[in-house]
Amino acid sequence: MSASIEIQIIAVLVAVACALPGVFLVLRQLAMMSDAISHAILPGIVIAFLLTEDLSSPLLILGAAAAGVATVALVELLRKTGLLKEDAAIGIVFPAFFSIGVILIARFASDVHLDVDAVLLGELAFAPFDRVVLASIDVPKATLVMASILMLNVVFVGLFFKELKLATFDSALAATLGFTPVLLHYVLMGLVSTTAVGAFDAVGSILVVALMVAPPAAAYVLTQRLASMLWMSAALGAISAVGGYWMARWLDASIAGSMASTAGLVFLLVLAFAPERGLVSRVRQQNRQRQVFARDMLLIHLYHHEGLPEAEQECRVEHLQDHLRWERDIAMMAVRTAKRAGYVQDHAGLMKLSDSGREQARHALVHI
Amino acid sequence: MTTDHAIPAEDLAIDVRDLTVAYREKPVLWDVDLQIPDGVLMAIVGPNGAGKTTFIKSVLGLITPAAGSVLVHGKPYQKNRSQVAYVPQRGSVDWGFPTNVLDVVTMGVYGMIGWFRRPGAAQKAQAIKALAEVGMESFADRQISELSGGQQQRVFLARALVQDADIYLMDEPFQGVDATTERAIVELLRALRERGKTVVVVHHDLQTVPEYFDHVLLLNVRRIAAGPVEDVFTEENLRATYGGRVAFVSALMARKGE
Repeated sequence: MSASIEIQIIAVLVAVACALPGVFLVLRQLAMMSDAISHAILPGIVIAFLLTEDLSSPLLILGAAAAGVATVALVELLRKTGLLKEDAAIGIVFPAFFSIGVILIARFASDVHLDVDAVLLGELAFAPFDRVVLASIDVPKATLVMASILMLNVVFVGLFFKELKLATFDSALAATLGFTPVLLHYVLMGLVSTTAVGAFDAVGSILVVALMVAPPAAAYVLTQRLASMLWMSAALGAISAVGGYWMARWLDASIAGSMASTAGLVFLLVLAFAPERGLVSRVRQQNRQRQVFARDMLLIHLYHHEGLPEAEQECRVEHLQDHLRWERDIAMMAVRTAKRAGYVQDHAGLMKLSDSGREQARHALVHI
Repeated sequence: MTTDHAIPAEDLAIDVRDLTVAYREKPVLWDVDLQIPDGVLMAIVGPNGAGKTTFIKSVLGLITPAAGSVLVHGKPYQKNRSQVAYVPQRGSVDWGFPTNVLDVVTMGVYGMIGWFRRPGAAQKAQAIKALAEVGMESFADRQISELSGGQQQRVFLARALVQDADIYLMDEPFQGVDATTERAIVELLRALRERGKTVVVVHHDLQTVPEYFDHVLLLNVRRIAAGPVEDVFTEENLRATYGGRVAFVSALMARKGE
C-alpha cells in the first residue's frame, strides 16, 4: 500500500475517533475541555515514559488517560469551591499540567523523540515509517493504535448510547434513575484522553481540538437527532481528513494543519449553507416571512377600505407610504408580492382585491 | 402541627428526619422533620433561598445531607428508586439538545429497562399515552427546540408519568407557563391524587395553594409548619415563613377571608 493511502487511512481513523466523543463534549458545552485534556495529558505520557523508558509502551496511553481524568477531577474540584467558574478553572489546570510536562521533557527526556514541536503539531507524514507486523500483515503502528482507539469509542458509544444521551440531556434525571452520570462523565473524559494521546503522534495536541469540536459543531447545525449527529460528525471528520491531506499536498504544507483548516472550512460552509438552520437559509426564511406579512397587511388594508367612498384615496400605491407609514421599498415589495400571487390587480395605480385576495385577507385577519 | 409519629414508616410516602444540608458550612436546610402521608397533594412554599429545591434534591439523593435521613416508603431512596418520579425545573436542561418530544418522554422508562437495553415499541407506546395525558400527543415528532415554555413543562410531566411511580416530586412546574398549561397541570395533579399517588410540588403562587393542594410545607431553611392546608396555611405561619414581607401576606389573607 502506498504511503499516501496509509497516511489518509490514519487521518480518517484519527478524525472519526475524535468526532465520536467530540459530539458529547460539544453537547455538554465542554468543547474547551478537549483543549485542556489534549495538553494536560503530556505529563502523564512523560512520567509513563520515564518509568518504562519505552516510547511504544501501552503504559504511555494509560498515563495519558490518568492525567486527563486528573485534569477533569481538578477542574471539577476548583469549580466546586464556587470561587471560580469552569472556564477559569480549565485555564488554570491545563497550563499547569502542560508546563510540568514541558519541564519534565527538557530535564529528563531531551534526547528522545518527545520534543515540544511534535507534541503540538505531530507529524503525520512520518507515520508510515514506524511499522509493526500483525498476523503477518505489515501496517504502520499509528494505523493499529488509532483503529483500536476508534473501536473502543464505537463500542463505548454503541453500548452506552441511551445512558450517554440521558446523562448529557438531563444528568439529574440520570442520577435519580440510577445511571451514575458522574461515572459516565469520567469514563467519557478518560476516552477523550485516550483518543487525544492516540491522535497525538499523528496530529499533535492542538489539532486534536479542531477534530473533536469542528465536525460535531457542524453536525449539530445539520441535524436534530443525536444518532445522526454522531454519524454526520464522523463523516464530516473523515471528509476533513482526506480533504486536508490533499490540501497539504497541493500547498506543500503540514498535513495536520491542513486537516484542521479543512475541518474549520467545512464547519463554516455548513454554518452558511445548511438546508434548514444555515445562515443563508435563515435569511431567506426571514425575508419570505417579511414579504408574506407585508403582503397580508396590504390585503387587510385594501379589504377594510373596499367599496367605501375613500377607497379611491386609500388604495393607491403612493398613499400606502403615508398611511401605513411604510418605507417605499417595503410598500413596493408588498404590492409586488401581492400582485405576483394574483391577490391584487393594479388599475393605473389604484389597487383592487381579486376574489382570492379577499379570501386571503379574511384568512389573515383570523390567523395573524 | 401534624407530625404524626404514630404512622409506621412504611405507610409514609416520605419520611424525613433531622435533615440538615449545608453548602460550604452555610446551612440551607436546618434540622427539617417531615412526614408525608400517602396520597396527599402537597405544596412546598417559602421565599427564595428557603431550600425548597434542595429539599427535593435531598429526598432524591442528588445532594448528600450533612445530617439526617430520608426514607421512601420505609427504605432509603436508592432501594426504592422506581417508586419516585422527578420533574426538575425545565430551565435545568438545554432545550437545544438534538432530539424530539417522544424521545425525551421515553427517557422516563430508562429506569425500568435498565443498562444497555434500548426502548422498544412497547415503551414508545407508553410514552405516547403519557403525552396524550398532557394533551401533547400531536407533538410527538416535534423537535424539542421548537417548544414553548408551557409545552416544555408538559413534556417533562409526561416523562414523569411514564415512570408510573407512586410518588411525584415536581420542582416549580407552574413556573412561567401559560394559563392553559397551568390548568392542564392542575387537572393532572388531581388525576394523580385520585389514583392514590403522592405528589409534592415546589410552588410559588401562595394565592392558589388552598385551591390546588390539600397539604402544605412552609419552609424557610427550617420547617415553619406542615400539615393540611386548612390547619397550617395561616397568616401567623406565613409571616413566620416570609419574615418582614408582611404586606402581601395580609392582602392574601384578606382575600382568603372573603
